[in-house]
Amino acid sequence: MAEERATSTDTLLEYCLRLGDDRLILGHRLSEWCGHGPILEEDIALANIALDFLGQASHALEVAAAAEGAGRSADDLAFFREGVQFRNLLIVELPRGDFAFTIARQFLFDAFSVHLMDALQKSAEPRIAELAAKAVKEDRYHVRHSAEWMVKLGDGTDESHTRLQNAVNDLWRFTGEMFLADPVDDAAAAAGIAPAASTLKEKWDAVVNDVFARANITRPADEVFMRGGRTGKHTEHLGHLLAEMQIVARSHPGAEW
Amino acid sequence: MSDAPQPRASMTPSEQKAEDPQRIAEFEARIARGESIEPKDWMPDRYRTQLIRMMSQHAHSEIVGMLPEGNWITRAPSLRRKMILLAKVQDEAGHGLYIYCGTETLGVDRSELVDQLLTGKAKYSSIFNYPTLSWADMGVIGWFVDGAAIVNQTVLAKASYGPYARAMIRICKEENFHKKQGYEIIATLANGTPEQKAMAQDAINRWWWPSLMMLGPSDKDSPNTAELIKWRVKRKTNDELRQRFVDITVPQAQAVGLTLPDPDLKYNEETQHWEHGAIDWDEFWQVVKGNGPCNRERIAARREAHENGRWVRDAAEAHAAKKAARNQPAAA
Repeated sequence: MAEERATSTDTLLEYCLRLGDDRLILGHRLSEWCGHGPILEEDIALANIALDFLGQASHALEVAAAAEGAGRSADDLAFFREGVQFRNLLIVELPRGDFAFTIARQFLFDAFSVHLMDALQKSAEPRIAELAAKAVKEDRYHVRHSAEWMVKLGDGTDESHTRLQNAVNDLWRFTGEMFLADPVDDAAAAAGIAPAASTLKEKWDAVVNDVFARANITRPADEVFMRGGRTGKHTEHLGHLLAEMQIVARSHPGAEW
Repeated sequence: MSDAPQPRASMTPSEQKAEDPQRIAEFEARIARGESIEPKDWMPDRYRTQLIRMMSQHAHSEIVGMLPEGNWITRAPSLRRKMILLAKVQDEAGHGLYIYCGTETLGVDRSELVDQLLTGKAKYSSIFNYPTLSWADMGVIGWFVDGAAIVNQTVLAKASYGPYARAMIRICKEENFHKKQGYEIIATLANGTPEQKAMAQDAINRWWWPSLMMLGPSDKDSPNTAELIKWRVKRKTNDELRQRFVDITVPQAQAVGLTLPDPDLKYNEETQHWEHGAIDWDEFWQVVKGNGPCNRERIAARREAHENGRWVRDAAEAHAAKKAARNQPAAA
């Protein structure tokens, strides 16, 4: 019994770290645009979306911290873990790139996240269901925003189309990781905490194909997919992001802010 | 989204050139009665010009003001602080947008105003040309800079031009929240570790004098003030606003046990005001002329965002045009 409980605690902790880290790192990347957007309206929109993700991250990391039961807070998890202890998808940690890259990354992630949150509303873990009920509304807006920009950039000028197609080509090999199930996903699915990762793929494909068609974007072939974020094997970019994000907190361990 | 200035219906130069003394007298009588001037109302050319200058400076200040604080969003030390700071900077973008729209009611296009900022023709608040060097600067900016802005804008909320006054009412509500979170950051640091307290004191030392300067040149060096007050574009002189800011801020500093870097600061029992030492106006004018610590960086950052965003704006425009063309046969 004790062992079973330990396993389910680990599953919940790991699963919430994944949920939280994806959104923390992506929210951080988006926040880098603040003050530097192509149009004032987009400065506002991107900051708004970043805020939603940071709020979702905060919630998920609180659940993770509670599941861990080691007296750590959501802030401890965000600011005092090493890169190899982060559990986010590789796609969210890539540098923000140009606006086409940012939009393409948002769209590919949003189309995944909105269906994940929709399914998580029925999670057996009430704190996750609660998070998802709020997040799904935010994610619906996010995917509408990024899909609109996919169409604007894909349909706009030759330059914007080329930039967007290049961004999609560069990002494609990072999309497979969203649907690859590992033992944590299987255990979460078995415990009713989360949907099986593979069940989201079909819905994601439908959204992606529809928007690519409207944006006149060619869907890249599925060749080699990168993976590793879920087990702490990240790109070199994450370390630099964390060095910046954690510097103040780590310079004053134990301080209140 | 075109970069070319667009003529506006509200701008009727022939009407304005008239500047009929009787019309001016009627206009001034309306102001004296406390009436609100609205976009379609007749107004003297000079009133329109002064408002465009003031409002666009205000909008530019909001936009440039995103940069010094944006500098710390990625380093905020807790999730809560990160979200509050990001929301605050987002509010500033919103204020900028709102005031640009208000300025457009005077017959000038936003893209024209943005060009004036990027070419250095238009000014923005001198305070944003100072660097943000530690996390404590996020607290002091909220407390001092937003605090000074509130002092100024509370008065502007009763300005004669309706769209500006209404913008100020809405903006002030958010600025009050900004000031509160800034002061809360400082109060937390002041009660924190010795390093945190030192960080807060250092930030106060660096931002106090520039904050006093941001309320504008001394009345004797403020050529526009008399006219602006007559037309109720401004309600108080710069020195009056500065005095109010000092009176509010000194007790707040005392409450958290931090000192303001002015050995001459003293309370005058008779006037019941805090009197501050001499302001280094040479420094102020240097910053206004473009020689502050970050003037070049701020404008360079705005230009870079504008240039990097050009293809995005072009794409949005091209898409809108294609969409309209595609929809036309169906509509016909």
